Amino acid sequence: MNRIYRNKPAIFLFLLPAAILFIGIIIVPIIMSTYYSLHDWNGFSDMKFVGLDNYIELFTSTTINFPKALLNAVFFMLASVFIQLPFSLLLALLLAKGRKGSRLFLSVYFIPVLLSTVVIGQLWLKIYNPDYGILNVALNSIGLESWTKVWLGDRGTALIAAFIPTLWQYTGYHMLLMYAGIRSVPQELREAALIDGASESQINRRIIIPMIKPIIKVCVIISVTGALKVFDLIYILTNGGPAHATEVPSTLLVSMMFLRNRYGFGSAIAVILIFLCFLVAYIIRKSFKTEVD
Amino acid sequence: MKLQLFNKKSNHIRSPKKFFTKEILVYTLLIIWLLVNLFPLYWMFTFSFKDNAAIFGENVIGLPQTWHFENYESALGVNNLPRFFLNSFIVTGLTIVLTVIIAMMAAFALCRMIWKGRKVVNSMVVLGMTIPIHASILPIFLVLSKLDMLNSYQSLIVPYTAFALSVATLIFIGFMQDIPKELDEAACIDGCSVWGIFRHVIFPMMRPSIATVGIFTFIQTWNELMFAIIFINKADFFTLTVGIQTLSGSYTREWGPIGAALVVATFPTIIAYAFLSKKIHESVNAGAIKG
Repeated sequence: MNRIYRNKPAIFLFLLPAAILFIGIIIVPIIMSTYYSLHDWNGFSDMKFVGLDNYIELFTSTTINFPKALLNAVFFMLASVFIQLPFSLLLALLLAKGRKGSRLFLSVYFIPVLLSTVVIGQLWLKIYNPDYGILNVALNSIGLESWTKVWLGDRGTALIAAFIPTLWQYTGYHMLLMYAGIRSVPQELREAALIDGASESQINRRIIIPMIKPIIKVCVIISVTGALKVFDLIYILTNGGPAHATEVPSTLLVSMMFLRNRYGFGSAIAVILIFLCFLVAYIIRKSFKTEVD
Repeated sequence: MKLQLFNKKSNHIRSPKKFFTKEILVYTLLIIWLLVNLFPLYWMFTFSFKDNAAIFGENVIGLPQTWHFENYESALGVNNLPRFFLNSFIVTGLTIVLTVIIAMMAAFALCRMIWKGRKVVNSMVVLGMTIPIHASILPIFLVLSKLDMLNSYQSLIVPYTAFALSVATLIFIGFMQDIPKELDEAACIDGCSVWGIFRHVIFPMMRPSIATVGIFTFIQTWNELMFAIIFINKADFFTLTVGIQTLSGSYTREWGPIGAALVVATFPTIIAYAFLSKKIHESVNAGAIKG
């Protein structure tokens, strides 16, 4: 049997397609991006080696304002971890108790996850439309004309307005993961705690939340790396405007690379994004580990 | 001792009245959030049947008084929506097929076969999940344009498959570990080769996990925007996402037809979800937790 499992040519053949794709589409391009990021290059003229100049410009240029884009991503991260995830957890806890209609609520809350982000983006563009969007129409009809705004065009509200649809879309996703986690907590534990006289909120805090910590960790990693990568909805709603107010790293990357042909500079953003994704995933894994120990 | 027990108990037995108010609060919250999720869809559905006069003032949130089916005619006929559908279908379908085959082969090598470096490769797969697609967008773009392969199905299928592989492989490994090795041994005694074991033992046993991987890959691929919008600029190859995005850019004043296009794009997913919601929930969980 082991002879069959040690069959070298077979191992090679089974791994070959995956290895080709993984190396060809992911590993080699990362190396190339790193290489480009050290050059000044627009795709047509010769590449000029500039060392770390792209990175320095990235963090010092006030016209491109990459730090602002990063800060927006961090803001998004915080909103996601401290507002979206707790709310998802609350919904999951409420539904996991097996209330009447839980199945229906669960299914409906998950619908936005399945919708195309383009559909969601176009829909929210219409919701926010300053003249005919339901948000302003609703405010007008209840006599709050002074509250109406050009939501996505106003530098004060654009960032929050652009993030709300994403938070709205993925709440159901995190809720579903947590819900499944809570349902897998053995029923006996809950019953034992009830017999010992624990209240509902004590059971939630002392038993269920500690038991689903691994899942909360996954949710935190997904939402934090998701915040770094966020692109679709921002691109559709504002594409970084007005005046960089809603710029995030990936919208900046796309406009640098494909509108201004600054390939080297755009690659520097890509490299920083990869680095940050690894870094935060590592930090989160580590910090959750020490708490458990 | 007895007193203590009594105290503890009184702690959790609530008066029926308090219990009742709490339940009302809970259901109010659940229903409000339900409406927050459904209302945009309802609004989209109704304005897809209205003309501008109704959308822009006469009848903003009610059901349409006259149902303007011509919105759907112009969305479907003039705007090539069926073509975009077909493109998305081809791209997503082939991505799923390729991902399933390639990831299952890799999972077999990583889960069953014995070789040096298996652990290292395994952790590389886990690492692979964190890599953002931004990492390779420019190099792939440059290679594609050099090979004159922008605006083709493969320009999307190949990168999508590559980025779907990590999660798919991990899901498959998770399922494969639960298949008893005795089955392999029995097949081996019956004279099966490695390939035979893979095809006649592992593959049939893995059917449920194929649906899981398929659904998970579908959700990622069907909605992808960044690669699609940069690699494709000919309408013949637009996927649904790019097509609708472009459409909406050119019809900013005509909400009805755009609404119709959005409904048409959403409808199949919702129908599929209505029938498969349990399986879809399972797949999403497997995809996130196995990783």
